[in-house]
Amino acid sequence: MDLDLLPFFQWCYQTPIGEGIRNSTWLFPVIEAFHLLGLGLTAGSVLLVDLRLLGVGLSKQPVAQIWAGARPWLLGGVTLMFSSGIPLFLSESIKCYYSFAFWIKMTSLFLVLLFTFTVLRHVTQTGLTSNRPLLGRFTAFTSLVLWFGVAWGGRWIGFS
Amino acid sequence: MSFLAFFEQLAESSWSVALHESEIAYSLIESFHVWSLCLFFGMTVMFDLRLLGWTMRGVPVSEVIRRLQPWTIAGFVLMVISGTLLFYAIPLRSYQNIFFRTKMLMLLLAGLNVFIFHSRVFPSVAKWDADAIPPRAARVAGALSLVLWVGIVFSGRMIAYNWFDCDRQPQPAIINFLTSCVPTE
Repeated sequence: MDLDLLPFFQWCYQTPIGEGIRNSTWLFPVIEAFHLLGLGLTAGSVLLVDLRLLGVGLSKQPVAQIWAGARPWLLGGVTLMFSSGIPLFLSESIKCYYSFAFWIKMTSLFLVLLFTFTVLRHVTQTGLTSNRPLLGRFTAFTSLVLWFGVAWGGRWIGFS
Repeated sequence: MSFLAFFEQLAESSWSVALHESEIAYSLIESFHVWSLCLFFGMTVMFDLRLLGWTMRGVPVSEVIRRLQPWTIAGFVLMVISGTLLFYAIPLRSYQNIFFRTKMLMLLLAGLNVFIFHSRVFPSVAKWDADAIPPRAARVAGALSLVLWVGIVFSGRMIAYNWFDCDRQPQPAIINFLTSCVPTE
């Protein structure tokens, strides 16, 4: 079965939000700056947890405690990224459709959110890694690789 | 030699031109700048939030510094290296870019804030290390750092979209004054 998403992307392109951003000289850059700040906040909270799991961050505290401290900021960062990323997407959705980097980013994003709120959450909340350092490292590594895909793809959309 | 003349000369150097014209190299360095931002800015924000008492309240402040500072420093070094290269690729226009100037000014202020925190606030950490909400002076340092770094990221992103470029005249006199721009015509 062939799922053709192009009409949907074309519809996104002609929405009033997309058009409004395209017609403004400063809206796109300003929304993009907020998107970048959201990326930084997301990265900080993700790194806090992942570095702990790798044993090279805050190692004295239980993983569950670090996760609890990082979680609200992770949710805040992801919310900021979505609320700025969707308008950016609407303004150039057709370009995104043909951009390889965009699809890498969306795939990584889907996988990393799924992974974070199932496997990573379970592993950190239950303290499963306390006597299984390999499991912790594997979890952190997966999370970092996937987030890297999101950040790389995101930056590369702008170059394509 | 004036700054302007120096950057004019730098802009004409073959390495600068090569970097500017190499699409792949420039894009890679810019991406690298963003990844180091994730490391540096992310760590800094989490530490500032701890100083404000908004996260990791159960973790002593000195412990957060001790374990996260190496990552913050590594991120900062990578940012400076990649940032210098980005500047080197477009020296004159960056020098005359109002967002670049704003960013550099805020960088100086952020550095000053770190210096004051480490010389005046942090030495007494033993007294408030485990406090869920650190004393006022530490919270002020955290808040200032947060505001300045958000401003730095913001103006950094705007550098690429400069609406006040020296080549785009006419501009208000105040803008040309602030960017040391002397319109040719």
